Amino acid sequence: MAASLNGHSNGSGHGNGSASSAGAGTADIVARAQALFDDLSFTAARAWKDAGPDRKVVGYMPIYVPREVIHAAGFLPLGILGGGDQLEVIHGDAYYQSYICRIPRSTIELGVSGRLDFVDGMLFPSICDVIRNLSGMWKTMFPNVYVRYFDVPQNYRDDIGGNYYVNELSELMHDLGTLRGRPITDEELRASIAVYNENRRLVRALYDFRAERPWQVPAAEAYLILRAGLVLPVEEHTALIREYLAAAGAEERPKRDNCRVVVTGLFCEQPPLNLIKSLELAGCYVVDDDLLLVTRWLTEDVPLEGNPLQNLALAFLHHSESTAAKYEPNLKEKGQHLVRAVKRSGAEGVIFASPSFCDPALLDRPMLQHVLKDAGIPYIAFKYAENSGQMQPIREQAGTFADSIKLWSGT
Amino acid sequence: MTTIVTPKAAPAKEVVKDDSMVKQKEMMAAHYDRLTSASETGAKVVSTFVPGNLNELIMCFDLLNNLPEVNAIQSGLRRQSGAYVLEAEKIGHSEDVCTYVKSDVGMMAKGNIGPNGKKLPNPDALLLSYTGCFTFMKWFELLREQYKCETIMLHTPYMGDGKITPNMVEYMVKQIKEEVIPKLERISGVKFDIDRLREYLKKSAKAEDDLVHVLKTAKNKPSPIDAYFGGIYYIGPIFGAFRGTEDAIDYYRFLRAECEARLAEGKGPVTPDGDMGKERYRLVVEGPPNYTNFRQFWKMFYDEGAVVVASSYTKVGGVYDLGFRHDPDKPLETLAEYCLGVYTNRSLPMRIEMLANYIDEYQADGLLINSIKSCNSFSAGQLLIMREVEKRTGKPAAFVESDLVDPRYFSAANIKNRLESYFQMIEQRRAGGRAAA
Amino acid sequence: MKTFVGIDLGSTTTKAILLDENRDVIGRGITNSRSNYATAARVASEEARVDGRFTLFRRALTEAEGISVRLDDFLGALERAFRLEQFLEQLDDLQQTCIGLVQGDRFAGRESGVKEALAEVFTRLRAEAPELYAPGAKRKSDFFRDIAGSRYHTQAEEVARDASLPYELLLNVYDKSIIDVENRPPAGGLSEKFRRALARVLEADPQLQSARGDVLPVIERTLAVDLEETYLVGTGYGRVTLPFSKEHIRSEILCHGLGAHMMYPSTRTVLDIGGQDTKGIQVDAQGIVVNFQMNDRCAAGCGRYLGYIADEMNMGLHELGPLAMKSDRPARINSTCTVFAGAELRDRLSLGEKREDILAGLHRAIILRAISIISRSGGVTDEFTFTGGVAKNEAAVRELRKLIKENYGEVTININPESIYTGALGAAEFARRAHSGQIQGVEP
Repeated sequence: MAASLNGHSNGSGHGNGSASSAGAGTADIVARAQALFDDLSFTAARAWKDAGPDRKVVGYMPIYVPREVIHAAGFLPLGILGGGDQLEVIHGDAYYQSYICRIPRSTIELGVSGRLDFVDGMLFPSICDVIRNLSGMWKTMFPNVYVRYFDVPQNYRDDIGGNYYVNELSELMHDLGTLRGRPITDEELRASIAVYNENRRLVRALYDFRAERPWQVPAAEAYLILRAGLVLPVEEHTALIREYLAAAGAEERPKRDNCRVVVTGLFCEQPPLNLIKSLELAGCYVVDDDLLLVTRWLTEDVPLEGNPLQNLALAFLHHSESTAAKYEPNLKEKGQHLVRAVKRSGAEGVIFASPSFCDPALLDRPMLQHVLKDAGIPYIAFKYAENSGQMQPIREQAGTFADSIKLWSGT
Repeated sequence: MTTIVTPKAAPAKEVVKDDSMVKQKEMMAAHYDRLTSASETGAKVVSTFVPGNLNELIMCFDLLNNLPEVNAIQSGLRRQSGAYVLEAEKIGHSEDVCTYVKSDVGMMAKGNIGPNGKKLPNPDALLLSYTGCFTFMKWFELLREQYKCETIMLHTPYMGDGKITPNMVEYMVKQIKEEVIPKLERISGVKFDIDRLREYLKKSAKAEDDLVHVLKTAKNKPSPIDAYFGGIYYIGPIFGAFRGTEDAIDYYRFLRAECEARLAEGKGPVTPDGDMGKERYRLVVEGPPNYTNFRQFWKMFYDEGAVVVASSYTKVGGVYDLGFRHDPDKPLETLAEYCLGVYTNRSLPMRIEMLANYIDEYQADGLLINSIKSCNSFSAGQLLIMREVEKRTGKPAAFVESDLVDPRYFSAANIKNRLESYFQMIEQRRAGGRAAA
Repeated sequence: MKTFVGIDLGSTTTKAILLDENRDVIGRGITNSRSNYATAARVASEEARVDGRFTLFRRALTEAEGISVRLDDFLGALERAFRLEQFLEQLDDLQQTCIGLVQGDRFAGRESGVKEALAEVFTRLRAEAPELYAPGAKRKSDFFRDIAGSRYHTQAEEVARDASLPYELLLNVYDKSIIDVENRPPAGGLSEKFRRALARVLEADPQLQSARGDVLPVIERTLAVDLEETYLVGTGYGRVTLPFSKEHIRSEILCHGLGAHMMYPSTRTVLDIGGQDTKGIQVDAQGIVVNFQMNDRCAAGCGRYLGYIADEMNMGLHELGPLAMKSDRPARINSTCTVFAGAELRDRLSLGEKREDILAGLHRAIILRAISIISRSGGVTDEFTFTGGVAKNEAAVRELRKLIKENYGEVTININPESIYTGALGAAEFARRAHSGQIQGVEP
């Protein structure tokens, strides 16, 4: 779940201070993010690559990859999240049966339609069997692209999972160095860690601010701002969030009588933007979610001193988000991240929004629901696909949920 | 001349089994009796999975090995899984997810009665061998929630780059040494003895030799075995609770002799309706079978003279035919390499190569994929596998769909339609090839 | 003469094709599949033989010298008269069956009343029958059940009212009889029916009387030709109980591929979108299937989907295409899931989207699914033949042409108005080839 465990709320810079007076309004900033979101040809990333002769782009899928390593090579990490509801899938369906989720087919569509022809490498994280197998499909279909299935440990001991992960990281670092033609140094990696620490601080600030005043940060805006971070260079994205926070803090927006919810299950295949908007229209302020976890996977700053790979590994083992793709070794801890997210964000309920046929989300769901039940937290659940067209059932369910929470809290 | 006839239903025949099947049935019955009488005998039970099954290690602690996947298969064959799946969906599991899990969860909800009609014991530990299938992890988290027992994670990294690296082996050996073994010692009260493990591993290798010999008899024409429908019986003991036992050595020696005899007599495989007729099609099959309509599915093959000469499903508990053997000289490393090498832990390009090689080596007419709704580990990417194998071998492939243990996903007419078209297509292409030649 | 019969047992209709030794189609027959496949197969092949006779009549009359009748008019009249004879024969059967069922508690004390009423109903039906087959008369269906049923209901209701009998009694005997009658192959000989029909035609048209002497011998000569069923091949969707012995069965996909080849010999790729499934088939220069794929378990995007949409919009199936053609801004429809189709449709209509735009989007969605199935089977190779019910839908065809052009370039696209017979045609050719020993692998 999102946001900081330890209250990193510094640097959010919101309020009515001077920062906002000179900057752009939220509308302009969001419009820029929306344009990046709408662009299925990745024009911005292509432009970035074209700006220098040695520039390379490495794509990655959900749920988490250490973008610091890509950045340290001087490459652009590019988040690939399927095609959304605007991409017409013509060839992608030829590769998948009807009972497999949507994100791999639209991702293949992006690939075979040439939209990713400028991408030099692809990382497929350990999230589920579908994405795992997609790594092999990519190798077969795009033999000229550097492809790696990026495995992460499910053992959290420093000397076991930690060692394994350090070695995985160093293999990745070695490979990307080879791709660049020059090894990546520890110094480069440390510098990149610092840049990403800064970015994560801003992301956490955005989440904190929204939890505090959700009417000031509509869920769809927060999403677009965050999503821009998957295609922009991290430095630009950090600036973008900073700008947005300043603008959002400066604008007073009407507060509605909405209930406050945490939305979970969105960690891989993306919900349509309309779905996110529909939740709010139906009376639910989203105060936390598990969207785009890669932007805040590591929940604390990664130390800069010492061995940078070791530091990344330890951060992964001990200070990273909980999600369905990760094994929870402790039964008592199972699902508690969700309870904590509810408490921290002052939410009144949880919405399970899971992609159809998403094994991790749907297999995890009953366990999380039991935990919420024991904690007395109300919830509802529905499924979506990245191209779901009809929002009426979702608006109805979310609206009913919001009403019932109000009734319930009124008694 | 009139050829329009009104078909008559054939009278039901008694199922024909060869002796090895009878022997195996006895072994399985004895195993289930050991499990269901655990509370009386005081035996402790550990549940684990077929891919990455560490049976030799489990035996070192005098623990009984219970395999929920095999229980789900048994429920499927006995036509109980449909009700179990519905039960699980009733208590909140999505219709989208794996039916092995739901069959297991539903069976627990309905009293956890095993195939022998007696209650299966609650496990003393869950050995979560997370090998080749993401769902395993969630499955045992679900069981842990239910049983509140010790859960031991053994994480097998995926062979994404088509090779086993020293880092992977080291990671796994460390997990086995420092997590799995100490916990099993604690649960069982038995001290680990590496020489005992070596003894079991030696026995495993012996049985594995005979299994490989059996599987390779399918290279003959006609093949004396069916390496998919029959193969599922052949792998039972070695994929389950018998690897490393004398029982398994006896069984595979016996099975090997049986197959040799059939081969010498020029016979084809034994089917539930007796000896198979003339071998007309030789297929390689990718994907698990359907268990709720297992015989009906098989019949669609043997009625047409189609025999499966190699299959990937019979490699989910170990790819022995490509050379791997449990090695007593490096007991922990061999367990790690065993887990790393199972079929579902192999990358897609490795699977493509393996299937294409099978088609060549076993002189098959083509590849048939049975795509299983439940199993993304197998199914995601199969359409590309099909395309690539066709491209590399020049042999036609076909695609049918069903599910492991959910009867709602078995459409007999649909599957039969495709199979018949496929067989006839092979026939015609052969005829065309001859005509052209 | 030798004929080769192909029968395609579909889920709703059964089609038969009669082929001669020169691979020319001489007859087509179609009937509803009903519950009894053996009967459906017999009726369809009988229909094909009837049609075959007409082909032979035409050939013979064309070749014969000094025939002065206008061939099309004459044969048209002869066919209508023949259909009328067939109809009357089945009416007799229906009447006898109905009367036989007038017994038991239900009819106690009213037997004679009901029988009289039935006699009246059938008298009226017979009386109005010629109108049904008059030149230019439109029939909604040519199946006996459909024609007799609606007229029976109308007449029976009136007769019952006039006779103060409960209408249900008349309905009851009809409902019990119709299946039996339908499943009984016509009893009378074909030649006799042709002769009666010819007599009817000659009687009705005084001008023909003069040609009588020329026409009669030609017809009699043709009737004397034995249409020998030399070999029969049947096909049908995965039925476990196709009413043919094993060596006479070929897979429907193979038949479909060969049928498309027969219609267009340069065909390499075939797309068939039927009610229940979608097939992508690749064939070689001999019409032999080299690869095929079908829709997976999910029936989304098959013809049936359009049926749901038509129901949902309260329109006829055939009205969907023309309305969709009016759209110039097709909506992007994301779900081809039949279950969600209704919800998505209502949602969009309530948002004020135009019906034609939504429909155009739905047609595109179906064709997108089809394109992915073709892609699985190996793509599109020139020429391309499109068959099945959806091939009659102009909006679907428009989308298909567009997508094929975008993805595969310029390709010849064939759509045959008789494409419903594609499977049967392939089966008939298999029968011909099997007889001539061309195709191996079929053990006698």
